Amino acid sequence: MNQISAKRRKAFVDEAYCVACGCCVKVCPLKAITVFKGITARVDRERCVGCGKCAKECPASVITIQEAAL
Amino acid sequence: MKKRWYDYLWIASAVYLILGFFNILFTWLGLLCFFIPLIMAIIGKDKGYCNRYCGRGQLFSLIGGRFGLSRKKDVPRWLKSKWFRYGFLIFFFAMFFQMLWTTWLVFSGATDLKQVVTLLWTFKLPWHWAYYGGTAPWVAQFAFGFYSVMLTSTILGLLTMVLFKPRSWCVYCPMGTMTQLICKARGAVNSKR
Ligand code: SF4
Ligand code: SF4
Ligand code: SF4
Repeated sequence: MNQISAKRRKAFVDEAYCVACGCCVKVCPLKAITVFKGITARVDRERCVGCGKCAKECPASVITIQEAAL
Repeated sequence: MKKRWYDYLWIASAVYLILGFFNILFTWLGLLCFFIPLIMAIIGKDKGYCNRYCGRGQLFSLIGGRFGLSRKKDVPRWLKSKWFRYGFLIFFFAMFFQMLWTTWLVFSGATDLKQVVTLLWTFKLPWHWAYYGGTAPWVAQFAFGFYSVMLTSTILGLLTMVLFKPRSWCVYCPMGTMTQLICKARGAVNSKR
């Protein structure tokens, strides 16, 4: 049980290719992703539940959902 | 999610494109889509325009997303590469200045007003029905040129919307690239301090 919950799926942004359009922000149900100073999107790992809505919406397809060690 | 007033700005974008078919002088309003993003990037210090107010982006997500007119495939890697995005920005600027130059030629009397809308910088469409006179010729020339820019970018945006994700245009949109560059430049300057 513990071993399973030790890893969670989270969104990761490839910041080098993010165009800071904010499409991901609009669809995130948990407000877990924001555009930092107009430069790139950033994920709040505490809030993100890895639902993948942002990844689906991102026009540049720079978000991936990966297992993250907590 | 709760809709805000600015979630309906796509209506303004659609109305703008339609008005250009009836009265070309309305297209001067499009300057707002150039100055507001820049002001927001310079004074507001973020991409507030893209992130909240851009009606064009909303229009693409509506047609491509809600109405499903999009393959929803990933954009090819070159489209999001820096050289393509910056290259397109430079190309767009060059075309913009050429448009200003044409306006200047008409203003100075060197050439006559041409009542055409140029699509994709190549195809010239007669558009005389949308101009009724009553202004200085250069005012109309600028309006025709500006509308050409707006319509061309809409066509490119629709094309990439259908081929790739709904808002693929935002990946290489010159205004988006420019405002992000401004924000990045400020970030770089601030981090040096
Ligand atoms: S949708 Fe994609 S490109 Fe746009 S801000 Fe979010 S991560 Fe960046
Ligand atoms: S994966 Fe879901 S919760 Fe996490 S940032 Fe994306 S939309 Fe928000
Ligand atoms: S990138 Fe261009 S089209 Fe997309 S939201 Fe920003 S200004 Fe609008």
